Amino acid sequence: MLAFIIRRVFQSVIVLLAVGLVAFSMFRFVGDPIENLLGQERTVQDVERLRETLGLNDPFPVQYARFLGRAVQGDFGISYRQSRPVAQIIAERAPATLELAFVSGFLALTVGIGLGVFTAIRRDGWAANVIMSASLIGVSLPTFLIGILLIYVFGVQLRWLPTFGRGEVVQLGWWSTGFLTQSGLKSLILPAITLGLFQMTLIMRLVRSEMLEVLRQDYIRFARARGLAAKSVNFRHALKNTMVPVITVTGLQLGAIIAFAIITETVFQWPGVGLLFINAVQFVDIPVMAAYLMLISVMFVMINLLVDILYVWVDPRLRIDGRHA
Amino acid sequence: MTVPVPVLSLRDLTVDIPTRHGTLRPVDQVSWDIARGEILGVVGESGAGKSMTGNAVIGLLDPPAHISGGQVLLEGERIDDLPLAKMRRIRGKRIGMVFQDPLTSLNPLLTVGDQLTETILRHLDVDREEAAQRAIRGLDEVGIPSARNRMGAYPHEFSGGMRQRVVIALALCAEPTLLIADEPTTALDVSVQAQIIALLKRLCRERGMAAMLITHDMGVIAETADRVAVMYAGRLAEIGPVAQIVGQPRHPYTDGLMASTPAASAGQARLRQIPGAMPRLNALPDGCAFSPRCPRAQDRCRHDPRPRVGEADARAACWFPIEPEEDAA
Repeated sequence: MLAFIIRRVFQSVIVLLAVGLVAFSMFRFVGDPIENLLGQERTVQDVERLRETLGLNDPFPVQYARFLGRAVQGDFGISYRQSRPVAQIIAERAPATLELAFVSGFLALTVGIGLGVFTAIRRDGWAANVIMSASLIGVSLPTFLIGILLIYVFGVQLRWLPTFGRGEVVQLGWWSTGFLTQSGLKSLILPAITLGLFQMTLIMRLVRSEMLEVLRQDYIRFARARGLAAKSVNFRHALKNTMVPVITVTGLQLGAIIAFAIITETVFQWPGVGLLFINAVQFVDIPVMAAYLMLISVMFVMINLLVDILYVWVDPRLRIDGRHA
Repeated sequence: MTVPVPVLSLRDLTVDIPTRHGTLRPVDQVSWDIARGEILGVVGESGAGKSMTGNAVIGLLDPPAHISGGQVLLEGERIDDLPLAKMRRIRGKRIGMVFQDPLTSLNPLLTVGDQLTETILRHLDVDREEAAQRAIRGLDEVGIPSARNRMGAYPHEFSGGMRQRVVIALALCAEPTLLIADEPTTALDVSVQAQIIALLKRLCRERGMAAMLITHDMGVIAETADRVAVMYAGRLAEIGPVAQIVGQPRHPYTDGLMASTPAASAGQARLRQIPGAMPRLNALPDGCAFSPRCPRAQDRCRHDPRPRVGEADARAACWFPIEPEEDAA
């Protein structure tokens, strides 16, 4: 088990090095940042001086090594646009995105699994059919459209919920939270639904089809033949056996929720890292873009690691393999 | 003298499957009794309705299949019309069932101990400690070595034969009075088959449990069963004591079935086979279902359904059964 984890961590490091190279390459290939930093009124000396202070005259491997070294220490350089450390800017923005992602991930997981089990057990019931048809909307409508529709209905027409921003936030150390104020919680609802709807329907459909598959298995039949209660058959025996594929997809989707919060954050003007990234793209603020890329990849790698460990926890058959491999 | 109530009585049990192209009848007016301590072997080709009958008894027919007629009596009490909640209390508690494939019958994610104690706790009024003790005794009884240490093992850590022993322990852990074993040895190695059969036979004898042993293996039947029921196209062709069915079959189908079964002592003689194949359920002939393939069939067989000759204990559904004296010829 330990060997398995160490091997996975080692693989993760290689992935991160590769992503780091891509992130770093952006500095060299996406235009010249000097153009953006200095206006029209500049001298050749100004340009040279800035190049020297930013270390842009060093050879490529040296720059890459320096970039990695700093990145490991949490130093992603200075934002071209805001002239502040990137790490600081991201730390300010991260709580907004993480809270949003947490709420929508939680919604997607609980509602998705719940409805998936329900529609599998009541396969031919009318409620299950209605839910299945409705879920097509979640799968097929693009996120921005769902967001705008929700804003129109609940924000503009019914005026129940705010349409943009985080509402009031409370500062807990460096972490700003919207969980503690009423307006903060209200502001979370629409973006969380928008962000999580696709994942929710995806998880639901996945759980349903896996459940239907498992419910056909002999051991479910045998569990029924032993007279076990429906609850025990459905949850203890069936649901647990659907968990391996569900964990895989859910893990990746959780990463996607954080990484692709960009659209939702843009629609709702949510002050998170996604919005930060979009603005950075507009201004070719490469340190911010690179840092964002690195952060997201760290997140994905960690989630994948977690998923692999969860497999082993859920399925005892993998423990044997892990021990010998 | 009072006649003891049989553990299981089927009274004209009929199962229907409605389809778009008409209703199929995989089990058609099947009747038999199984007494306490008796093993009834149920034989027939694939699709003859053996497993369907077993599933109907325990109430596990896959919809749209359903019992459309007749009765199932368990120790004199009708159980085919019970609501699901009551039926769940009977399954496992009074009727144990063993399926064909031990590799897929056990939940791969739960230890055998968990699966056993869960079943015991469901049916018996005992605490967790006592349930675990009973589970260990159950494993011990079916011949799992060092049962106590194996409680925490997962199904994949057992061999096929051992898994079938675990399955049997699971089916019997709440001490049912009836065991339905649906091809319990088909998926096993021949050497293991004999052990499992011996185990089932011993457990039935020790507990006075009635058993319905579904198989297409005549060897297993001859070795284990007290009586044999032969099914053909959903109908009961013949039922009787094992010696009579094997030695002096009266129904031409049984006769053909026996003649097509290799015996260890038979030497080089070429096996006889029954010409043709069992009719599909959607194309059953009028009259006796076996008549198109039957060497003895006459006009009457093709029109008059459901003949019945002989006693309740030994009867054949044939208008022109083979008489004992002609068998010798």
